[in-house]
Amino acid sequence: MNNRIYLYILVMAAVTYFIRVLPLTLIRQEIKTPFIRSFLYYVPYVTLSVMTFPAILSATKSIWSGAAALMVAAILAYKEKSLFQVSIAACMVVFVMEFFL
Amino acid sequence: MNTRREQLKSGIKDGIPICLGYFAVSFTFGIMAINYGLSPWQSIAISLTSLTSAGQFAGLGIITAGAPFAEMAIAQLVINLRYSLMSCSLSQKLDKTTPFYHRLLIGYGITDEIFGVSVCKPGPLNPWYCYGLFLLAVPGWTLGTAAGAFLGQLLPERALSALGVALYGMFLAIIIPPAKKDRILAGVTVVSMIFSLLFFLIPALNGVSSGLRLIILTVLIAGAAAVLFPVPDTMEVSHE
Repeated sequence: MNNRIYLYILVMAAVTYFIRVLPLTLIRQEIKTPFIRSFLYYVPYVTLSVMTFPAILSATKSIWSGAAALMVAAILAYKEKSLFQVSIAACMVVFVMEFFL
Repeated sequence: MNTRREQLKSGIKDGIPICLGYFAVSFTFGIMAINYGLSPWQSIAISLTSLTSAGQFAGLGIITAGAPFAEMAIAQLVINLRYSLMSCSLSQKLDKTTPFYHRLLIGYGITDEIFGVSVCKPGPLNPWYCYGLFLLAVPGWTLGTAAGAFLGQLLPERALSALGVALYGMFLAIIIPPAKKDRILAGVTVVSMIFSLLFFLIPALNGVSSGLRLIILTVLIAGAAAVLFPVPDTMEVSHE
């Protein structure tokens, strides 16, 4: 069973690595097609938005501390604070709020 | 030489929130892996080699079920397919002359968070910036797993709960500033969040795995945006 577990781990790692590395190594030229260029330009904004909301609301013990973290992070991000500042502030809000919840 | 150092340092700095967030998430992965009957070393090996969240959590169930290896391969393919989209996007961000071995190394570390930070950094992507991110993200993920596996419930739940929003705070800090300056990006962001919420609320869509949901929404929304608002040729796709 133990060897079998390591084989599973190997399969997981190999599949995941190939998915990640193939486009990066195969696409060596600049893509000229306007549609694909535009598509790739929008990809990160869509993925990050989809990953953040509504997941942030269920990331903490209470939906209210998650919502407060969302508000504070959004305001600080709007003020263009650094990744680290926004991120730490969101953590602090949750930590402090959960004393009262 | 100096720019390499600067890029590495800048990557390490931006890697701090990733490291914190990863520690919290992988801590719970470590606890779960032990509950599923894996040894701490096995759970650490998974985190170090796969470096992915949803894929690993799903993998635990597959391992303990004793499912065929093909099932593991297919599950990982579907859950992690989003990385190939991100990898396509990053391929455009790298300098054309970036050597092959750098591409092989960067490939190892394409996660949602590392991608998000790398692709939104102005200018062409320097591999050393990625390595700076890896230097914090990989230990954060692996040590978090180790801590969860070995120490179990020692870290107070309150602290874990707080660390749980670190990654989301970082995502917001990445997407909001450019959305502020560009109404189309602001619209894309809002529409993405609304559809993401709908997937969560509508019972029929609720069962779709998070990886698949991300692929569907990314293809649909980024595709629609590309048709409706093509990016002018003169504009850099590399987010400058």
